[in-house]
Amino acid sequence: MSTTPITADQPQIGTARVKRGMAEQLKGGVIMDVVNAEQAKIAEDAGAVAVMALERVPADIRKDGGVARMSDPDMIDGIINAVSIPVMAKSRIGHFVEAQVLQALGVDYIDESEVLTPADEVNHSDKWAFTTPFVCGATNLGEALRRIAEGAAMIRSKGEAGTGNVVEAVRHMRQIRADIKRLTTLDETELFVAAKNLQAPYELVKEVAQLGKLPVVLFSAGGVATPADAALMMQLGAEGVFVGSGIFKSGDPAKRAAAVVKATTFFDDPKIIADVSRGLGEAMVGINCDTLPESERYANRGW
Amino acid sequence: MSSSTPVIGVLALQGDVREHLVALAEADALARPVRRAEELAEVDGLVIPGGESTTISKLALAFGLMEPLRERVAAGMPAYGSCAGMIMLADKILDGRSDQETIGGIDMTVRRNAFGRQNESFESAIGFKGLAGDPVHGVFIRAPWVEAVGAGVEVLAELPAADGPESRIVAVRQGNLLATSFHPELTGDHRVHAYFVSMVENAAR
Repeated sequence: MSTTPITADQPQIGTARVKRGMAEQLKGGVIMDVVNAEQAKIAEDAGAVAVMALERVPADIRKDGGVARMSDPDMIDGIINAVSIPVMAKSRIGHFVEAQVLQALGVDYIDESEVLTPADEVNHSDKWAFTTPFVCGATNLGEALRRIAEGAAMIRSKGEAGTGNVVEAVRHMRQIRADIKRLTTLDETELFVAAKNLQAPYELVKEVAQLGKLPVVLFSAGGVATPADAALMMQLGAEGVFVGSGIFKSGDPAKRAAAVVKATTFFDDPKIIADVSRGLGEAMVGINCDTLPESERYANRGW
Repeated sequence: MSSSTPVIGVLALQGDVREHLVALAEADALARPVRRAEELAEVDGLVIPGGESTTISKLALAFGLMEPLRERVAAGMPAYGSCAGMIMLADKILDGRSDQETIGGIDMTVRRNAFGRQNESFESAIGFKGLAGDPVHGVFIRAPWVEAVGAGVEVLAELPAADGPESRIVAVRQGNLLATSFHPELTGDHRVHAYFVSMVENAAR
């Protein structure tokens, strides 16, 4: 055995590799919305890979109306202190000062989220300016690549948060996957026009065409309410699942949370999905997305 | 079971499974995901990936994998754990959940998230005993470190501590078991995986 001297260069923090690598560690897992320390513990007990700290779950944001903002720092601290798993929190789109505050609080990931009321209707935050990594929502490949160009280290399909209806999550995941597949069939010459049509940087378009996948991890979000919903999103190509209102707006959150975690790991095993789906009590009631007025569709926020 | 090309499983309950499968394939092993006891029985060695150790531990218990894992490791199956996988191979852990179980096997005490939260996650070149050439590129993500090792454990890599003269142990080997705080699977440099593949080949002889 050789004796390589043990040396170390100056360590670097906040690199793209460290930010994207963090999301790689979450793959195959479930990230759960929680509004207090007690819910955060239930989520951790159930096997969540991370929690999303927010003041109201999307279903309540819909019900209450008004402006939805970043959560209270005390509440985020309470959740950080209650669990040992990573803690994420949401900033408004374009509200880079909320993001600065979340970074100062030490959250592990920032979700620049359409579920909160946008602060800037033209620009998203410059996410390269932060050490803390960002996850952003997307409804199609062009939107995903614009967010990655701005520095997002993880993408989630948007779905329609707070509805308990998986239909929009399916639409967006299928759209992103179809857009990617189409890119892989184009020759090099055609990629320039593809970049123009996607309204995304050519270099990223070329990278996706070569990889056949996004250069960052892709999760699903917005409407998952049952273990079968989670497994559906995984079979459609999601690398993990965000569950918002679906857990803590249901009859037995602890049991449902554990069942969604198991169904996400064994997403391709219907016997296991059947087993974990038994006796979960009532699912959240849910909203038919057809009846949602355009102004209440969160997926339309972000550009 | 063991032909010339070793079959190496990657525990696929949660985590960066795909990156380990790719790294093992590039190090000339036959790599496959393992989620069930039957699948575990068919491999010559096992990688426990990075991920969330509390989640991996819970799923291993819920699906009856923890005991078979402990039995195979006790019977000498080579295993390599990165980050969460290092925690899973530790006999003792600090800052885990009070009910958190590990597979164990390496006589060491590992402190979970010891290098801090995501804002403190970092990359650094690091010398690795037994690997020729350049230092490896260590990617540390909410990473654990090894706080104490027993007499039978060989320390393969250390980092100078940020806040004092001592250093932090970030890679160890005991017999057929290997563990790193960092993620070689995220770098494209597959020398650590090749090192593990040769451990599996030697164990099969």
